[in-house]
Amino acid sequence: MPILEIRHLTKSYGDERFPDDISFTVNEGEIVCLLGPSGCGKTTLLRIIAGLETADAGQVLFAGRDVRDVPVHHRNFGLMFQDYALFPHKNVFENVAFGLRMMHLPRTEVETRVREVLELVGLSGFEERDVNLLAGGEQQRVALARSLAPRPRLLMLDEPLGSLDRTLRERLMNELRAILKGVGVTAIYVTHDQEEAFTVADRVVIMNHGRKVQEGTPQDVYQNPATEFVARFLGLTNLLPGKVIGVGKGHAEVETEIGRLEISNLGIGNWELGVEATVLIRPEAAGVITESPLADDNAIVGTLVERSFRGGYYRLVIRHASGLHLSFTVQAISESLPPLGASICLSLRSEAISLLPRVQN
Amino acid sequence: MNEWMNGRMMNDKHLLFAYSHIRTFTIRYSPLAIRLLPLVFLAVFFFYPLLAIFRLSLAPQGHLDLAAPAKLVSTTYYARTLWFTTWQATVSTLLTVILAMPGAYIFARYRFPGKSLLQALTTVPFVMPTIVVAAAFNALLGPRSHLNLALMALFGLQRPPINLQHTIWIILLAHVFYNYTVVLRIVGGFWANLNPRLEEAARLLGADSWRAFWQVTLPLLAPALVAAALLVFIFCFTSFGVVLILGGPRFATLEVEIYRQTVHLFNLPLAATLSLAQITLTLAMTSVYTRLQARTARPLQLRPQQTTQRWPTTWRDRALVGGNVVFMVVLLLTPLLALAERSLWTGRGYALTNYSELFVNRRGSVFFVPPVEAVRNSLAFAALTVGLAVVLGVIGAYLLADRKSRLSRWLDPIFMLPLGTSAVTLGFGYIIALDRPPLNLRTSPLLIPIAHTLVAFPFVVRTVLPVLRGIHPHLRESASVLGASPARVWREIDLPIVSRALLVGAVFAFTISMGEFGATSLIARPQMPTMPIAIYRFLGQPGALNYGQALAMSTLLMLVCAVGFLSIERFRYGEVGEF
Repeated sequence: MPILEIRHLTKSYGDERFPDDISFTVNEGEIVCLLGPSGCGKTTLLRIIAGLETADAGQVLFAGRDVRDVPVHHRNFGLMFQDYALFPHKNVFENVAFGLRMMHLPRTEVETRVREVLELVGLSGFEERDVNLLAGGEQQRVALARSLAPRPRLLMLDEPLGSLDRTLRERLMNELRAILKGVGVTAIYVTHDQEEAFTVADRVVIMNHGRKVQEGTPQDVYQNPATEFVARFLGLTNLLPGKVIGVGKGHAEVETEIGRLEISNLGIGNWELGVEATVLIRPEAAGVITESPLADDNAIVGTLVERSFRGGYYRLVIRHASGLHLSFTVQAISESLPPLGASICLSLRSEAISLLPRVQN
Repeated sequence: MNEWMNGRMMNDKHLLFAYSHIRTFTIRYSPLAIRLLPLVFLAVFFFYPLLAIFRLSLAPQGHLDLAAPAKLVSTTYYARTLWFTTWQATVSTLLTVILAMPGAYIFARYRFPGKSLLQALTTVPFVMPTIVVAAAFNALLGPRSHLNLALMALFGLQRPPINLQHTIWIILLAHVFYNYTVVLRIVGGFWANLNPRLEEAARLLGADSWRAFWQVTLPLLAPALVAAALLVFIFCFTSFGVVLILGGPRFATLEVEIYRQTVHLFNLPLAATLSLAQITLTLAMTSVYTRLQARTARPLQLRPQQTTQRWPTTWRDRALVGGNVVFMVVLLLTPLLALAERSLWTGRGYALTNYSELFVNRRGSVFFVPPVEAVRNSLAFAALTVGLAVVLGVIGAYLLADRKSRLSRWLDPIFMLPLGTSAVTLGFGYIIALDRPPLNLRTSPLLIPIAHTLVAFPFVVRTVLPVLRGIHPHLRESASVLGASPARVWREIDLPIVSRALLVGAVFAFTISMGEFGATSLIARPQMPTMPIAIYRFLGQPGALNYGQALAMSTLLMLVCAVGFLSIERFRYGEVGEF
């Protein structure tokens, strides 16, 4: 049962629309991530839901009721900004207590709840600190505590880890999900970082140019990107044009510039013979073969142009005779790899190749 | 010196170090009547008197009559006044720049103990009312100064050997005294942020230190240098109190001439024409200055100051720093110290006689009331000025805070216009415009705080505005999302953050009002003098007692302004750019 329902939200800026006819729902206690490149309208969407901006069209329904006429300060939603917007003239306690004071809670109750929520984010004992002197990660926790303290019915987080450095961000991603899930709050999380979205979210909504392009669980979206944009945005770059030359139950065969490829992951599409499509080869699709390939091996031969050791795997870039560059992650030992500039033979697993609709230009 | 420009450099600091501005909140919830208040105030008490000046100058009888403007060109006297105004301003500016450049250099490139204290102290002369400066130079170098008395006793002279009174030298000296810190702060501040590696690179490429300075540093400093010089020029061009009191009857700038034509000769159409010329010239110079200044705000490979400054180590470094520090202390502090010292002198020893005399109502004194009444008047006027200027200034700042609105783009220059007009001109406008129906305030004591408010209003706006613009909209939005109503957001976020700037603005308004001389000298009622007016009258009277009382009152005024200034520096410390 969805608690929040977004229906056809649209806002125009001149000729452009950000967001443009966006609809999605959020279930109670669920974390939904709005994922998309910067400038795609995610933040505006959050601001409309919060009541800081008004939409030109569409509705925001919370618990079945349109919130259009509810002013910002009566919505009891939480919003955490990327820059945290901590009140510079108030200390940690006063910042966190702000929302509770607005609810006119008795002093003792305010103190108890501030203490609880500071403990939750791991900042016990920070009450009297000056927020301007805290480290970035600590400010982030204060901002989170401040948003959580009034127990909002919906918590929105706008790039909450965006201004932190990479190592800290990776550590806080997991922690943030644990805290949000522990509290059980319904949350919308905005980010342009795919890894962050996948770590934190139960479900992601991918946006581009103000429009929703795909919605689903992280696994769904990664397994079956709906468009070339989504594939590229998720870091999947081996995309090449192809033509369907054979269709069977759950598998297909396509003709491409690197040869014929067998595909056993057809996803959601409905493919007919002769259709022009885009073929996506996942980076993990390849395995190195040393003996000469068989005809039905989905094998490709190319020149090894880049090879870098990444710990558990190698990242290889090969140039096919057609001029196309493809990159792969390969589990291999150094000895089994040819030197740079030499010819290499790879076999592609058919379940790691999929078909996407061709973008019409 | 034109009083209301005195505080202007503070304001320039905001402009110079302008920081990124962010979209702000408009006063959506206030009724139109409140928003219109500053506009109505400016219309009635600035534009209406200005219009009266135009009318009186160009059409004194109701129809176009160019007799008064024609007189400007037909007699050489006024051409000579304009010539004197221009050349004394030019010489004063050159002297100030030459004398202040070494100081700017040591402030830019060296660290030394007591530096920040010295920096604060060098600014003290700048905030002193002209009347205090005139009295201070009188106490230091005048015929009755201890320096002269000592020299006379030492060499058995009949007349004081140092006689600068009523010469061009004392005018120039006072102008340097006043404006030294303008060059020091603007050029020194810019220089401190300039990358010293540039000059070092020139040295490595074979330039000796003079060539490196002329070829690299000076061209880079040029925008700041020109801006500072132009500002000093404007201040000296509109100099009033210094020329009137220290220069005596032989010298007259345009400002002084306007005052004389009005008060002594009662030639109002001619005074109006001179005012018109003054307004045109100062506005033209101010607009050039504003444009130049915008250029200095552009970053030029600037570096944080810590990385560009070093401790003086060689004997040459030490001599340079030490010499300049001594020079600054002698130039900027001895007149003020001499004033305080001389005010305590009774002829036989040190006592508070001159101060206690302020409370006595003497027959045949300049006043019919005890002189301390002037202190009371000044305090009352200053309190009224603070109230008016703060209310109008805050509303004005909110009107300007929304950068996107077209209204704010229009209003910004309009709110700054009073800064480009001289105090004497303003006072003169009041005399001719506000002395008859529909608005007859000639006898109202309110006229003085109103004039002071007009002078102080732009400062309050400029002090509050950057802080208001600096409040990130996310702060207000966060408060709102957390459940605060619009009124509560204002109380919880805007008010506490702006309060310090507001306090600074209030102190500005207070010190401006306490020291204002130009406009007040024209509009004050004889029976209701302010402190500067009382000092001016005392100085014009013969007798040791009158002189002593002038110095005592000047000392009091000096203390008030110094305390006001130091508290501004304190409150403002670290505030800009913090939020």
